[in-house]
Amino acid sequence: MLIPHPLLGLRDSSEFTYLGDAALLDRPDGMAEGAAARFHDYVHLRDNPAGIHRELWFHEQGDRSWLVVTRNTVTHEILGAELAREARLKGGAA
Amino acid sequence: MRFSGFRVFTEALRGHKGWQPLWRNPEPQPAYDYVIVGGGGHGLATAYYLATTFRQARIAVLEKGWLGSGNIGRNTTIIRSNYLLPGNQPFYEFSMKLWEGLEQELNFNAMVSQRGILNLFHTDAQRDAYRRRGNAMLLSGADAELLDSAQVRAMYPFLNFDNARFPIKGGLLQRRAGTARHDGVAWGYARGADMAGVDLIQNCEVTGFRIENGRVRGVETSRGHIGAGKVGVAVAGSSGRVMAMAGMRLPIESHVLQAFVTEGLKPVIDGVITFGAGHFYVSQSDKGGLVFGGDIDGYNSYAQRGNMAVIEDVAQGGMALMPMIGRARLLRVWGGIMDMSMDGSPIIDRTPIEGLYLNAGWCYGGFKATPASGHAFAHLLATDTPHDTARAYRLDRFARGRPIDEKGMGAQPNLH
Amino acid sequence: MTRLTGGLIDRSQTLRFTFDGQGFAGHSGDTLASALLANGVRLMGRSFKYHRPRGVFAAGSEEPNALVELRAGARQEPNSRATVVELFEGLEARSQNRVGSLRRDLLAVNDLMSPFFAAGFYYKTFMWPRAFWERFYEPAIRRAAGLGSLSKEPDPDAYDAGFLHCDLLVIGGGPAGLAAALTAARTGARVILADEDFRLGGRLLAESAPLDDAPATDWIAGLEAEFASLPNLRVMRRTTVWGTFDHGIYGAVERVADHLATPGRRVRQTLWRITARRTILAAGATERHIPFQNNDRPGIMLAGAMRTYANRYAVSPAPRVAIFTNNDDGHRSALDLAARGVEIAAVIDPREGVRAQGDYPLITGVVGNAKGRLGLTRIEVVANGGSRWIDCGALGVSGGWNPNVHLASHHRGRPAWDEARHGFLPGTDGPAGMRVAGAASGQGSTAQALASGAQAAQEALADLEISATLPDLPQAEDAGLNLHPLWHVPGKGRAWVDFQNDVTVKDIALAHQENMRPVEHLKRWTTLGMATDQGKTANVTALAVMAELTGRTIPQTGTTIFRPPYTPVALSVLGGGDTGAHFRPRRLTPTHHWATAQGAVFTEVGQWMRAQYFPRPGESHWRQTVDREVLATRKGVGLCDVTTLGKVDVQGADAGEFLDRLYCNAMKSLKVGMVRYGLMLREDGHAWDDGTCARLGETHYVVTTTTAQAGPVYRHMEFARQCLWPELDVQLISTTDAWAQLSVAGPNARRLLERIVDSFDLSNEAFPFMACAGLTICGGLRARLFRISFSGELAYEIAVPARHGNALMARLLEAGADLGATPYGTEALGVLRIEKGHAAGNELNGQTTAQMLGMGRMVSTKKDSIGAVMSRREGLAVDRRVLVGLQPVDPADPVVAGAHLFAEGAPQGTGTDQGWISSACFSPHLGHAIGLGFLENGSERMGEVIVAANPLQGQSMRLRVVSPHFVDPEGGRVRD
Repeated sequence: MLIPHPLLGLRDSSEFTYLGDAALLDRPDGMAEGAAARFHDYVHLRDNPAGIHRELWFHEQGDRSWLVVTRNTVTHEILGAELAREARLKGGAA
Repeated sequence: MRFSGFRVFTEALRGHKGWQPLWRNPEPQPAYDYVIVGGGGHGLATAYYLATTFRQARIAVLEKGWLGSGNIGRNTTIIRSNYLLPGNQPFYEFSMKLWEGLEQELNFNAMVSQRGILNLFHTDAQRDAYRRRGNAMLLSGADAELLDSAQVRAMYPFLNFDNARFPIKGGLLQRRAGTARHDGVAWGYARGADMAGVDLIQNCEVTGFRIENGRVRGVETSRGHIGAGKVGVAVAGSSGRVMAMAGMRLPIESHVLQAFVTEGLKPVIDGVITFGAGHFYVSQSDKGGLVFGGDIDGYNSYAQRGNMAVIEDVAQGGMALMPMIGRARLLRVWGGIMDMSMDGSPIIDRTPIEGLYLNAGWCYGGFKATPASGHAFAHLLATDTPHDTARAYRLDRFARGRPIDEKGMGAQPNLH
Repeated sequence: MTRLTGGLIDRSQTLRFTFDGQGFAGHSGDTLASALLANGVRLMGRSFKYHRPRGVFAAGSEEPNALVELRAGARQEPNSRATVVELFEGLEARSQNRVGSLRRDLLAVNDLMSPFFAAGFYYKTFMWPRAFWERFYEPAIRRAAGLGSLSKEPDPDAYDAGFLHCDLLVIGGGPAGLAAALTAARTGARVILADEDFRLGGRLLAESAPLDDAPATDWIAGLEAEFASLPNLRVMRRTTVWGTFDHGIYGAVERVADHLATPGRRVRQTLWRITARRTILAAGATERHIPFQNNDRPGIMLAGAMRTYANRYAVSPAPRVAIFTNNDDGHRSALDLAARGVEIAAVIDPREGVRAQGDYPLITGVVGNAKGRLGLTRIEVVANGGSRWIDCGALGVSGGWNPNVHLASHHRGRPAWDEARHGFLPGTDGPAGMRVAGAASGQGSTAQALASGAQAAQEALADLEISATLPDLPQAEDAGLNLHPLWHVPGKGRAWVDFQNDVTVKDIALAHQENMRPVEHLKRWTTLGMATDQGKTANVTALAVMAELTGRTIPQTGTTIFRPPYTPVALSVLGGGDTGAHFRPRRLTPTHHWATAQGAVFTEVGQWMRAQYFPRPGESHWRQTVDREVLATRKGVGLCDVTTLGKVDVQGADAGEFLDRLYCNAMKSLKVGMVRYGLMLREDGHAWDDGTCARLGETHYVVTTTTAQAGPVYRHMEFARQCLWPELDVQLISTTDAWAQLSVAGPNARRLLERIVDSFDLSNEAFPFMACAGLTICGGLRARLFRISFSGELAYEIAVPARHGNALMARLLEAGADLGATPYGTEALGVLRIEKGHAAGNELNGQTTAQMLGMGRMVSTKKDSIGAVMSRREGLAVDRRVLVGLQPVDPADPVVAGAHLFAEGAPQGTGTDQGWISSACFSPHLGHAIGLGFLENGSERMGEVIVAANPLQGQSMRLRVVSPHFVDPEGGRVRD
């Protein structure tokens, strides 16, 4: 696969390490009320869609950016990629 | 119709006119006591044991495509019970015992072949971990042997002992492990279930669940509504998709695993061998093809196909371990969708919806579990209590902090 | 001899070769198959199941029958298709899958037994008695099955892998591909033209029809001259594109040296990963046959293949041949053969009203049977309600053409049935960026192929905003097929559909009878399409037969998914040559060469090579060496390269806050100039990695990780920094390779270091346990010093820029000679840490918790940190297994890592298991074996005797539960 790195252009996916659903950007507050249930949801449960999936890739053999890549899990078509840092600052995975 | 050598002989003499369909093509009834969603290995085995061992009736298996089109139709055919953790090992040993009598039970030759599996290790730490695992196997009643490098060499002289990047220090051998003819297993269970009265309904896709007051009443399908007392879902690979129709999110991601087979070759590899310093495992089928695999591609996928990096990685592993296979040619590579769970272990449990049961999360180890999974799921469906060996496979183990994490990789599915 | 005149072989070069030991000669330009035919050899192989005698069936890579073992010794290549093996001087080939000679294969008895070997028979028998399957039936089946043999020796040749990028990849060098490449290359776009053949031209090479009134080879020669002048075009002959992957990535294998006796200094093959912005698939079409009784006799082949052998290779399989066709193309084969002097016994065509197109006997009818076990002698022609036998030595069969849609369906797109062309065309859901042209898209005439290729190139380039002009294409034949479907000739005997795997029309009928009707069931029940040709000449015909049986249409019956590779690919080249010692890169520590000079024994630690121990003369066993290294460290001073531990530099105003969130214990409160042990949890609450965290400045920390987790921890830290808390002012850089780090451990450590530091106060007061500092040593060399201990001794770790690591080690050893300075390796390192009770990889195995490691209280409840919440889950909290020390009751007993722990006298089984031994060693300090392990309620069982069971090796040891700190449990030494 080729991943359109927002800074570096198309890069081969073998330069990257995959983590999973971009919902992992939205880490709950561990000191808040009801944290245990929220963490269970955050750590374990996944939408796992057959279709559009926002997901985290780390450019490990490259510039060490974490990216949020939007990809179709049925066709593998990639619809876009952005820096995870910016996605998080904009308000998380949503 | 009973299968036997005599029957094959007499049918040959009369031009094979007497062979009956292996199973019927029934029209779906309006309602069943049990509806099993998924006509793969686990679903068919579940229906078989429900109808036979647990003496239940009015059972249907609903299959979106053709029987056995799940991961039982595309895997590397390995059977083994060489697990470490107490949540797993007794279950897989139970499965192994069912494998050992399967053909006689089903009157169908699934070609269970106890050729042995050898897990190689390459460091002292790996040896210690395998010793712990081998002892766990023996303590559960399974068999295990720890081989040193010389013993491995005597067994498989063609492995790379002289020029290896990661020298082989020994291996953990389970002689009772081996392979089985994957399609034969599906067909054996399907035929057995059909003979026991189960309706096997192909080309029948479940499109929704009918749930009233927290209780499942039936399923919506491409062939209309089918009522059900209990619904068991066994659709590994698609578990997330199917259970989403019941409003559930699962501790599962779908990933693609590629598997490989070479052209047919005269026998060169007797048993199953796994590489401990790279992603590669191999056996040779009765037809002569080297059947091998490696790691999952690593990204969420429902595409049933993979990419080139893993093909190269697996071939590198194979060449590093056994350079004599270099002139064998890859004939076919295919991809299957794996239910990769958060701890690498499966789920056989009730769900919060009454009457709805889940069998899922088999990662890439579901084939060897087929008999025990079917038996345990049938046990749960029929008695509402978990089978003794499957007690740990609960859905709430993640919330409760009781993962069954063989590899110790944590809640990241692509690392299991 | 059956050599004809003309052809594209070079008669000036005679090449000698052997087949089954018999010597033959052919010419340059021949394939093994054409050369054998030219020598009158029709029998080339045996089928898989019935061991039927077989001859060559095709002229290309779809060949199902003529499989041979090519070459000898370690280069032996089983299952090589004689139709694509280029002849070279000295070629050696043997027939395969036979017992005895090819003509008298003993396993041909299977053919006599064939009624018992119907589709799926083995699922119904061999079950009694149970033990017989593995002991008797299966070994016999395995010996009989398989095809060719591996040499069982390592492949001696070299391989390579490479990457290519282009605007347009053209797959196939026939008329469509050539026109496409020409159109595209003239624009200056980067174009790759790949073709599996050794000669460009594809089907044009097999045809007699002219292009612009000249031989097609003239046009090809002109193109090749132009291609050579275009630097933007890469023409790759002998290159098979075998797989379509995501986003325009294609796998290809270039057979660099397969046409030579040995590769010499070249690689044998190269694996290419081609990334193409656009692709044109111009892979042509494969002719299909028409099953009839005994249609597998040697000498019966595809009519188009027969034409190829005549036109390209100047050979006919026999002096007198017949053609059986349901379309006009078969007549072209007859005409071409006749034109080259081959006698046409008859053309048999079932279509009513068809006229002969030349001077040959035409019979309206079908072929119903064939005779000639080892070579065709006669065919039975059924016509006008009667039948008669016609003598001929070969029969060409044409049932139409199947477009080669494989590469267009590797993404699981379904081919679509075309009713007019009676074939499957590429579907509309093919791979993004791919267009299909020529016969692969149903544009089967030469004129159509040329035009569609050029047009596809123009369209593909238009996508890329490159404007291409259509070239002037030559005038070419534009004839249709006028095909009338005939999927098989009904009859009594066996009519083969899939030759290699011996699947007959009867087998398909039996599958139907037994309700194995879905196409995947049909395939799996009968093994149709599973041979080395992946059913290229069989699948569509089989579908049609099944459709006929079920009364449904072919598209209703289904299609099969084509999987990579298009043709089989050697595992050697897929591995790209990274074999043996080159399987993975080796990372060397800064002191590697020094350690080598010291005679160190090395061990693999991930990709690192680390010194395991340093044997000295007179030491005959590794234990002797390790014991000496351990005792020298505990009594004097030991030196060990610990560079492989991961190091991450953490800087920024929020560095402390950041580390507070990463480690379960507090780091923000750490004072400048001090070090703290840190434990990281995974977010699921399990212990993950440990190391030290040193605060070198107000906004500057250096953290270490274990060797194994250096990469994952750094990745995780970047995840936390970028994905979780981008608002924090913190920067990270991995410095694992930038600093050489040496451990200096032992009571003389301070005295040794005092000799190399530049006016730095090492006194306990000035630089206490867990202090750190930047300093200079050896007269100005920048260094970092950490007073930390993994051994329980007074110890330091000193870091210098990596290039000075080697020199520092030599200097320390020299400076410390009188202090007993001794290098030690990973074995002694392990013993020292087990004696001290420090957890390492065997304890931090991803399944343990802080509580199990005896560090439960480190997990701060005053702050949120990764894993803290989940570590308090009920299941983790109630796990009472905890790290303990273990020593044998009988000091002579061993302690074995991997043994399981039981209460003394308790039955031993899964249910009574109380833990396991994670690490063990012989302690030279104590003079007996010791171990660390996790034991149920272990901290409350000090002094209790338990049993360590190692049934795997027949051992059972009585062990006493003790503190894990075998050395200096009070920790006085580290603080001295």
